[in-house]
Amino acid sequence: MYAFDIERPTTVADAVEALKADEAQPLGGGQTLIPTLKARLAAPSKLVSLGNVKEMQGISIDGDTLRIGGATIHATVATEARSRYPGLARLASKIGDPAVRNRGTIGGSIANNDPAACYPAAALASGATIITNTRQVAADDFFLGMFETALDEGEIVTAVSFPIPEASNYQKFVQPASRFPLVGVFVAKFADGVRVAVTGASEGGVFRWTEAEQALSGTFAPDALDGLNVSEDGMINDLHGDGEYRAHLIKIMTGRAVKAAS
Amino acid sequence: MPKDTGIGASPLRREDVRFLKGAGEYTDDIKTYGETVAVFARSTVANGIIKSIDTSVAEGMPGVLAVFTGADFVEVGGNPAGWLINSRDGEPMKEPKRPVLAHGKVRHVGDAYAAVIAETDRQARDAAEAIEIDIEELPAIIDVKEALKGDNFVHDEIGTNQCFDWGWIEDNRAATDEAIKNAHHVTTLELVNNRLIPNAMEPRCSMASYKASGDEYVLHTTSQNPHLTRLLISAFVMGIPENKLTVIAPDVGGGFGSKIYHYGEEALVLAAAKRVGRPVKWTSDRTEAFLTDAHGRDHVTKIELATDAEGNFQAFRTETYANVGAYLSNFATATPTFLHGTLMAGNYTVPLVYVNVKAVFTNTAPVDAYRGAGRPEASYSLERVIDKCARELGMDPIALRRKNFIKPEQYPFASAAGLEYDSGNYDALMDKMEEVADVKGFAARRAQSEANGMLRGFGVNAYVEACGIAPSNLVGVLGSRVGLYDAATVRVNATGNLSVMVGAHSHGQGHETVFPQVVAEMLGIDAASIDIVHGDTSKIPFGMGTYGSRSLAVCGSAVVRATEKIINKAKKIAAHMLEAAEGDIELKDGQFSVAGTDKSVSFGEVALKAYIPHDFPLEDIEPGLEETAFYDPANFTFPSGAYCCEVEVDPDTGKVRVDRFAAVDDFGNVINPMVVTGQVHGGLGQGIGQALLEAARYNSDGQLESASYMDYAMPRADDLPFYTVDHSQGTPCTHNPLGVKGCGEAGAIGSPPTIVNAVIDALQSSGKNVTHIDMPLTPHRVWSAMKNA
Repeated sequence: MYAFDIERPTTVADAVEALKADEAQPLGGGQTLIPTLKARLAAPSKLVSLGNVKEMQGISIDGDTLRIGGATIHATVATEARSRYPGLARLASKIGDPAVRNRGTIGGSIANNDPAACYPAAALASGATIITNTRQVAADDFFLGMFETALDEGEIVTAVSFPIPEASNYQKFVQPASRFPLVGVFVAKFADGVRVAVTGASEGGVFRWTEAEQALSGTFAPDALDGLNVSEDGMINDLHGDGEYRAHLIKIMTGRAVKAAS
Repeated sequence: MPKDTGIGASPLRREDVRFLKGAGEYTDDIKTYGETVAVFARSTVANGIIKSIDTSVAEGMPGVLAVFTGADFVEVGGNPAGWLINSRDGEPMKEPKRPVLAHGKVRHVGDAYAAVIAETDRQARDAAEAIEIDIEELPAIIDVKEALKGDNFVHDEIGTNQCFDWGWIEDNRAATDEAIKNAHHVTTLELVNNRLIPNAMEPRCSMASYKASGDEYVLHTTSQNPHLTRLLISAFVMGIPENKLTVIAPDVGGGFGSKIYHYGEEALVLAAAKRVGRPVKWTSDRTEAFLTDAHGRDHVTKIELATDAEGNFQAFRTETYANVGAYLSNFATATPTFLHGTLMAGNYTVPLVYVNVKAVFTNTAPVDAYRGAGRPEASYSLERVIDKCARELGMDPIALRRKNFIKPEQYPFASAAGLEYDSGNYDALMDKMEEVADVKGFAARRAQSEANGMLRGFGVNAYVEACGIAPSNLVGVLGSRVGLYDAATVRVNATGNLSVMVGAHSHGQGHETVFPQVVAEMLGIDAASIDIVHGDTSKIPFGMGTYGSRSLAVCGSAVVRATEKIINKAKKIAAHMLEAAEGDIELKDGQFSVAGTDKSVSFGEVALKAYIPHDFPLEDIEPGLEETAFYDPANFTFPSGAYCCEVEVDPDTGKVRVDRFAAVDDFGNVINPMVVTGQVHGGLGQGIGQALLEAARYNSDGQLESASYMDYAMPRADDLPFYTVDHSQGTPCTHNPLGVKGCGEAGAIGSPPTIVNAVIDALQSSGKNVTHIDMPLTPHRVWSAMKNA
């Protein structure tokens, strides 16, 4: 770790101000950033911790929408979202281990957009809205590629707003070492159709499997996927699985998610 | 009726109180006044010529006290290999020097070429980054077979990448070839024994201090054998006289082999402590541990099994390429040879065995003994090819093994691979295994799995291994440059409590609990009054350390011998106190009594008398009560076992789940059944990890792609089943006083083939003609094998 300064603002406005410093970087739960700093792979001059920003904490319900503050830890989502959005709560309850779930935040996960993170799949499949200090961005427009988002320099994810589906399920096939998803599929069934988002698999990061969405919007059953196949083009090839395997798993996990949600 | 104390009892492990409370004292916990920090600059390329190193900027940075490079150590010796292996043509193995710091060339990613000593960790790291090195990168030598072609050498001075080409038993080569040529059936299998990274919970750490007044050094270090470390530093690397160097291995958080060896970092901190005149500490971070701890396994093998029409084994023949990495670690040449080839007859009466091993240098971390060390490789090759043979012959895998087992009446048995097994009963182990594992119920469980859409497979294994290393005269013949005895001192204090100084180092094994059980049983006293002292060369007589499942069989035997000497002397003192003849004194329940009388003195009274010898006949009895014994065993011990498991394979994803696992082992007599069960559990965890999860993977550039827990899969609790463990079928070792055999490595030896055999059985049950998958059997590999079948 290199030396750095740290600030702990209590309001979004103060956080935004603090982030204007040269080489400043926001710190959510630190589940990615702290190991990166320990390995001396990043050298920010200043970390701006978002953990004390009150307005970014907690979960609220607004009609058919669940709003989660950007600094809310996974453990809170796992318990407090359970009654209204069980598919999302279950996803949160399976991220990492208890230590990770009690430090890591939804805003940090969404902003980092790790291609194997769980939350981006939920946000994209739910048609969530990402709320920042300056604007609101639809999930479809937010996730731009591996570790890339629509966020500007110094922009903070203050909340994520999830439309609540009629039924949903997340199936994670874990990479054996990290236990991040090798392939994770979130299926969300709304009155006006089904959305399917895939994480872990693509070099482009989280994406929607639109062919499956169309088929499942017609018949919400695993059989609806018969005959569909995911192309292995653009799938991640690594120590733990090649593109062909990941493409195959997308179909298997989608079928299992549909079965579990039906 | 289980006992409460002494031999055969299972008292809780006394050392666990401090371990579980976080009160252990590890090397990094020891803070010394004036302590400084060492940080190493390490190569990021696998193979390259060092054109220049510029340390001038680093030397001027804040807090920097000294900077070392390879040039500082050209005058000192190299870290030697402990075993001399001769090639088939009689030529001795190639032994390129292993320097303290790389000089002239870097040979693997992580190879240290410089070190900074500074006031703080951050200052040292900043300065290490400021060292400028110019490296002319060369193509990396990674694949063991490719390494033997061409003229790109890891060590240019030896002009080859082949360390040796060893044949065992060379005199059997022609007969084995002939038997295979003429056999009714030959089963052939090519396999890889995957490279593993030990991943001890505590990374390595070394701290040196130097006292100018006496020209004396103290090295605290994470070692499984502090005396051997001292010997290597004194005799080969640094030339520090043994009586000027104290090596202390305090609590050590696991080793699994990787902390047997002397590493360059230990030499560096010693040299640095003298130069800067202050204590110097280096603590490995986890990345350094992945890159530089000695790795394990890494064999590429072709094995053939010849049988007659009835399935009688006629010969085993193997050809193995063993990767030894960039430098020879201390046991690197013994592991693929005498700890591997000598076991290649397994549990079987097979008359002919021929093993060929080519050891190969590559631009990877050194490879050395890791839990099992050569014997897992032997067992895996044998038990996989036997399973394949059973399938080819249409025979039951258990029946085929039983047909070829050595029978109880054949002991001592001279195996075709050159060892003399002293005892065993492999059929009894298999009987017990079939019983405790409910093998009969497998068909019903398979039907249930299939109803759930899963494939279920059954896998079996029989192993024998050689451990408790070992008789010095035998290992000397085999090329060992050290003796392999051990030592113990039993010190009875005046107030009747005991300190037992042992050469075996405990880093999780439970010596502090188990050794007192032995002494307490022999003396008839409370084990709570006996403490074990280990890990400090200034306190213990000598020791060859803890590895090769040798602690109880070798060091425990030394404890027995020293305690016998104590009893003999105590009887003399008691005879004097009781005014009786020494031959009439009996020891029972801690009381010395005159046979046939009610006259007695307690052990405590004798101890006190030994130190207050007011009326001693000094011409007959010296004051004090302290005895030392060195014990050199007559043979290895030969634990054996029958293992089986059942796995479920998800045909859609290839994921394997181990549902049931039974391990029935013959460890001879058992001193503490709970500790033995724990050792088996740990070994099984590591073996199942090897079979399903773990793989050290270098890419063609020599970068370690699995250099963190993000990509190196360690077994977790939910990857493992509940085990059925049994050690009721022990046949005592015939040559050590306790009748014990080593138990530390068995689980890691016997489990990998058991798992792989079960997975192959599961896939075969679905009609897929998959005959082999290389470990680890990850979901991707299993799915691919099914798809391509």
